[in-house]
Amino acid sequence: MSTSVITTRSAGGRDKQSLSFALSGAVVAFMILVGLMIGPAGPQWWRIPAELLDHVPFVSLDSGISRADWNLVWQIRAPRVVLAALVGSMLSVSGASYQGVFRNPLVDPYLLGVAAGAGLGATIVFTLQRETTSSWIIDPLPLAAFIGALCAVLVTYVVGTAFGSVRSGTTLVLAGVAVTSMLTAIQAFVLQRNSDVVRQVYSWILGRLSSATWGDVRLILPYVVVSSVVLLLHRRLLDVMRVGDDEALALGINVRRVRLIVVLAATLGTASVVAVTGLIGFVGIIVPHAVRLLVGASNRVVLPMSMMLGAAFLVAADIPSRVLASPAETPIGVVTAFIGAPFFLLLLRTRDVSR
Amino acid sequence: MTAIGFCDLTVSYDRTNAVVGFNDLLHSGEWLCLIGPNGAGKSSVLRAAAGLVPYTGSVAINQTEIPAASARWRAQHIAYVPQAPVIPTDMSVYEYVLLGRNPYINYFASETSHDRDVIDRVLDRLDLVQFAARKLGTLSGGEVQRLVIARALAQEAPVLLLDEPTSALDIGHQQQALELVDSLRREQGLTIISAMHDLTLAGLYADRLVLMHEGHRVAEGTAKQVLRSETLAEFYGVSARVHHEADGTVVVIPQRSSRL
Repeated sequence: MSTSVITTRSAGGRDKQSLSFALSGAVVAFMILVGLMIGPAGPQWWRIPAELLDHVPFVSLDSGISRADWNLVWQIRAPRVVLAALVGSMLSVSGASYQGVFRNPLVDPYLLGVAAGAGLGATIVFTLQRETTSSWIIDPLPLAAFIGALCAVLVTYVVGTAFGSVRSGTTLVLAGVAVTSMLTAIQAFVLQRNSDVVRQVYSWILGRLSSATWGDVRLILPYVVVSSVVLLLHRRLLDVMRVGDDEALALGINVRRVRLIVVLAATLGTASVVAVTGLIGFVGIIVPHAVRLLVGASNRVVLPMSMMLGAAFLVAADIPSRVLASPAETPIGVVTAFIGAPFFLLLLRTRDVSR
Repeated sequence: MTAIGFCDLTVSYDRTNAVVGFNDLLHSGEWLCLIGPNGAGKSSVLRAAAGLVPYTGSVAINQTEIPAASARWRAQHIAYVPQAPVIPTDMSVYEYVLLGRNPYINYFASETSHDRDVIDRVLDRLDLVQFAARKLGTLSGGEVQRLVIARALAQEAPVLLLDEPTSALDIGHQQQALELVDSLRREQGLTIISAMHDLTLAGLYADRLVLMHEGHRVAEGTAKQVLRSETLAEFYGVSARVHHEADGTVVVIPQRSSRL
């Protein structure tokens, strides 16, 4: 009798879960569609769904979109939307994993040095004169940002685990803070000596999706897929780690190894997206927390939900970034914080009152 | 049969020895209670057995030495209830007890229906069924203690380590918790090692007491043998009367130096 009560309860929980997953999936699909439909130039927005349907096999529809207009949508808007979705989902799932593995709600990959390292790498490339470097076969900007990010986190990890208790995540976070301030200082020093690139560096730091191409998508896709899969595979273990390092260890988890793998995967994914889009702030903190407020803190739900809603969030944030100051671009980092912060405060407020 | 054995267990933190050459053998179903003043090394013995601190010497389960690298194997054989468990307030009771199945679930796998059956049984046994969907933050101290024991039971380990299981509870819940542990021990043949401060309760429930002082074992035996006022004065620095009840219970009563 009692057994059946529990089974029904957990089954009810699973129904609720699948419902939230289905809803989030619908939100992602809807945002991607809206993202494709809206832009400063191109065909009328309502013609886009018809044209998309026309591309489905066995469906023939005349949307009245010219070839040139469709090229604009497919070559300019579509990669941008897909890139936004990939970046949003990667930053969010990394943030959720970091918060889980360090049991600290304020941690995201930027904190261990990804942001500062990538920023320094990019700054150095900018000071080398973009005119010379942009003619190189491989664009050195994303490469430098990627290497800078990985090196910074590597230093943080080596230094952070060398001192003090190896099992405490706090040491690592503190090391990240120190490495970050040092790299930021170096960056400020370099900028001081090359004040002509300040504007370029500044706009890179605020993040941008404007120049997105299918090439960018192909560049980061492998990293995003591998990192996301690794992180998702650890979602049950992250739940066990919610009871702290000691108890997780007593429950049979190799805490150090799990933390290392999760940090590596999240860092690799974040470094790759940061290298292409610059530093889009706020997503890695706000999306996982919003998800927790909506569906609870179990990482089994939070990780996949963060991926989906993170994608939807960044695609949505990119729309005002395109049209707000059209034809100029509003930096995406500005939009995420400007829209995200009030939304998050609202969520925090309503959820806290209802509890 | 020996359930758990310690051979020359030594635990050091930064060159200070917390436990020095601890030896003991517990037979299956025995309840051993470690007593001693703060810093005597009681918790360190338990933490070493649970694999939370590095140690030299060895700990063996059923004459098999615990492999140093395998947290999983250890967790299948030793369940550990810490003094101050971390309670994620928004986790449900069911999810929390399910964590106890972790040692049986492969790295990337999830729970099987067998794991869920075990949880259902444990919740049923500990009268936690009606709490299954409740969030941990809404539970009282006594309920939380029962819950942590439930998680330990879900590990299906033959050895249960309890670090100060009653220190946060009122006298009624102290009794309930220890009665629960005692009945589980009888039903399932669990071997129990607890560290406790309340000497009367320690003597009441344990088969055997080990008194520790500065990392060394200094006395061992039944409550009657260990709880003597001169022993307590020597190692706790306490002036206490020891009272022997007719049923064999040993009661320790601290004395006030002057009474107005």
